[in-house]
Amino acid sequence: MNTLIFRTVAPFLTGLMILFSIFVLLRGHNEPGGGFIGGLIAASALAIYGIACGVSVVRRALRVHPLAISGCGLFLACLAGFVSLPAAVPFMTGLWIYPHIFGLEVPLATVMLFDIGVYLVVVGSITSIALALEEKEND
Amino acid sequence: MAAVSTKIADLSVAMVTAPVAISEWLVVLPVALCILLGATLMMIRDRISLHPLVAIPGLAAVVLVDAALLWKVVTEGPVTMVMGRWLPPFGIAFSVDILGAMLALAAAIVALAGSLYALSDINDSARRYGFFPFLLLLLAGVSGAFLTGDIFNLYVWFEVLLISSFGLLVLGSEREQIDGAVKYAFLNLVGTTLFLIAVGYLYAIFGTLNMADIAMKVKEGREGLPLVTLSALFLFAFGMKAAAFPVNFWLPASYHTPRVVVSAVFAGLLTKVGVYALIRVMVMLLPAEREELSLMIVVAAVATMLTGAAGALAQNDVRRLLGYLVISGIGSMLAGVALGGPGGISGAIFYALHSIVLMTALYMAAGLAARISGSYSLESLGGIYRQNAPLAFVTLALFFAVSGLPPFSGFWPKVILVKASLDIGAWWLAGVLLLTGFLTTIAVGRVFLLAYWRPKAGDDGAPAVSIDRTAFLPVLLLTALVSIFGVLPEGLLRLTQEAAAGLENPAAYVHSVFPGGAK
Repeated sequence: MNTLIFRTVAPFLTGLMILFSIFVLLRGHNEPGGGFIGGLIAASALAIYGIACGVSVVRRALRVHPLAISGCGLFLACLAGFVSLPAAVPFMTGLWIYPHIFGLEVPLATVMLFDIGVYLVVVGSITSIALALEEKEND
Repeated sequence: MAAVSTKIADLSVAMVTAPVAISEWLVVLPVALCILLGATLMMIRDRISLHPLVAIPGLAAVVLVDAALLWKVVTEGPVTMVMGRWLPPFGIAFSVDILGAMLALAAAIVALAGSLYALSDINDSARRYGFFPFLLLLLAGVSGAFLTGDIFNLYVWFEVLLISSFGLLVLGSEREQIDGAVKYAFLNLVGTTLFLIAVGYLYAIFGTLNMADIAMKVKEGREGLPLVTLSALFLFAFGMKAAAFPVNFWLPASYHTPRVVVSAVFAGLLTKVGVYALIRVMVMLLPAEREELSLMIVVAAVATMLTGAAGALAQNDVRRLLGYLVISGIGSMLAGVALGGPGGISGAIFYALHSIVLMTALYMAAGLAARISGSYSLESLGGIYRQNAPLAFVTLALFFAVSGLPPFSGFWPKVILVKASLDIGAWWLAGVLLLTGFLTTIAVGRVFLLAYWRPKAGDDGAPAVSIDRTAFLPVLLLTALVSIFGVLPEGLLRLTQEAAAGLENPAAYVHSVFPGGAK
């Protein structure tokens, strides 16, 4: 697997896939896509990077342990439910704000926060599994 | 915004429109708080010195929230909160009645005790592996199962607690642990899958997953519906979870392998979730089918009690012995479910609460004894009374409680169950209950005789050994609970009777989910 072509292309491919995964994540509110599938795409990107350049390189690039990313996602997803508390609506109710950023109306929702949480949970846990499996292969 | 709100004509048809009071948040807080704390611990997974500092106050907060929730439910009746504002039966409801709130409180207390005990039982590598996050996520799963009002959601919480329990079970990655975990995982996955299949059938029959809705629809008409088959499936699935005979072999195969605090928390919580689900489904949702199947349940109950007690008699490893005692306790709870009626159900609920606290305390005490003596085997244990008398006294109290002897909390559920079985003329069931108590007394008496009274072989003047205060405190705390509810059972008896009445006539529960009446 460790050919020169693959090693050269892999970092670009990884960056491209992660960009695409974020696109899929944000697109997912009203169209096909979403946090889960986006997370899977990002996790496969990191797995490809790991196959090409080695697990330790991926770990260094991530800076934090993949499971910490999962934890962060779980925290965000749960926090998204608590936004309902000041609004006096039940847990996990979808709430929207429409701030104007550079003259554009950008709809932001707790649903999206939840979806970002799902994305991070999937990225973290699948990457953690993938890296562990790739590490074993090298031993 | 104005344009949007005029376009949608009447939101109140599909959504909760009344503002939600802060106190209603108590319904979701036990679960949400556990998940938030668990997630926080996952984020700081490398800084293990911070883990107990987050987990222990956090669990104490969960205990307080559960206590407040119980108080609210007792004073105001069942409370419901629907997720995402969608009205039930389409929105997922969290519905809490006295049964759920009591069990959630007991579970949180046990988890808090476990986190204290873990301070000295769980070493750095196991903390790095994630003991505290797993413990919190386990409690999230258990609390979610107790508090949810949606049967598919119940399945989801089963999965949550199952996954966390896998993590806890293999903490340390020893060969023996992996072996135990594989058996545990395989059999529990089979049980959960059966549960899922049963939920699928249930949905096909009634077209709803909300428990209150199901309870109403079952009452409206059960002719021609395959409800007994469905109940048998549920019975099998939950029986497997609860470790009822003949599907209980996974428990003695796995409970003695992990760290003792993990065994303690498992023994307290996991099987009781199965019993809870059985009570919820068979007593509240499908009461007539429970009646039909009661003979089968009672046979399973008797076999569970007797095999549990006999297994305990045969064991030489204290942890395995306690595993069999967990099983025999499950038999008593099943006997209550089989008996039905206010007596049987309240007896089963009381027994479940007692067993959650007691079994955890017993495993912890066994762990302390092993710390002093360096073994779990009855052959080499000895002289603990001489080495640490307070531990011996506490253990003796727990042994009395597990045998169902007064003045400890094990006595009352036994009395209720024996009385309930004598009331309907099932003298043989009363006999089995008493015989199980007798066999349990012999089994734990043997442990006390060999491990505590018998001088340790080889050395006569063994010095007194002190144990870690943080490890002894939770055992003391749980033993205090066992003693208090043994001496002053009236409050708890009243609550369990109310809980049983609420299950038999779930009008208040249904009303909390559908305040406007059935549709």
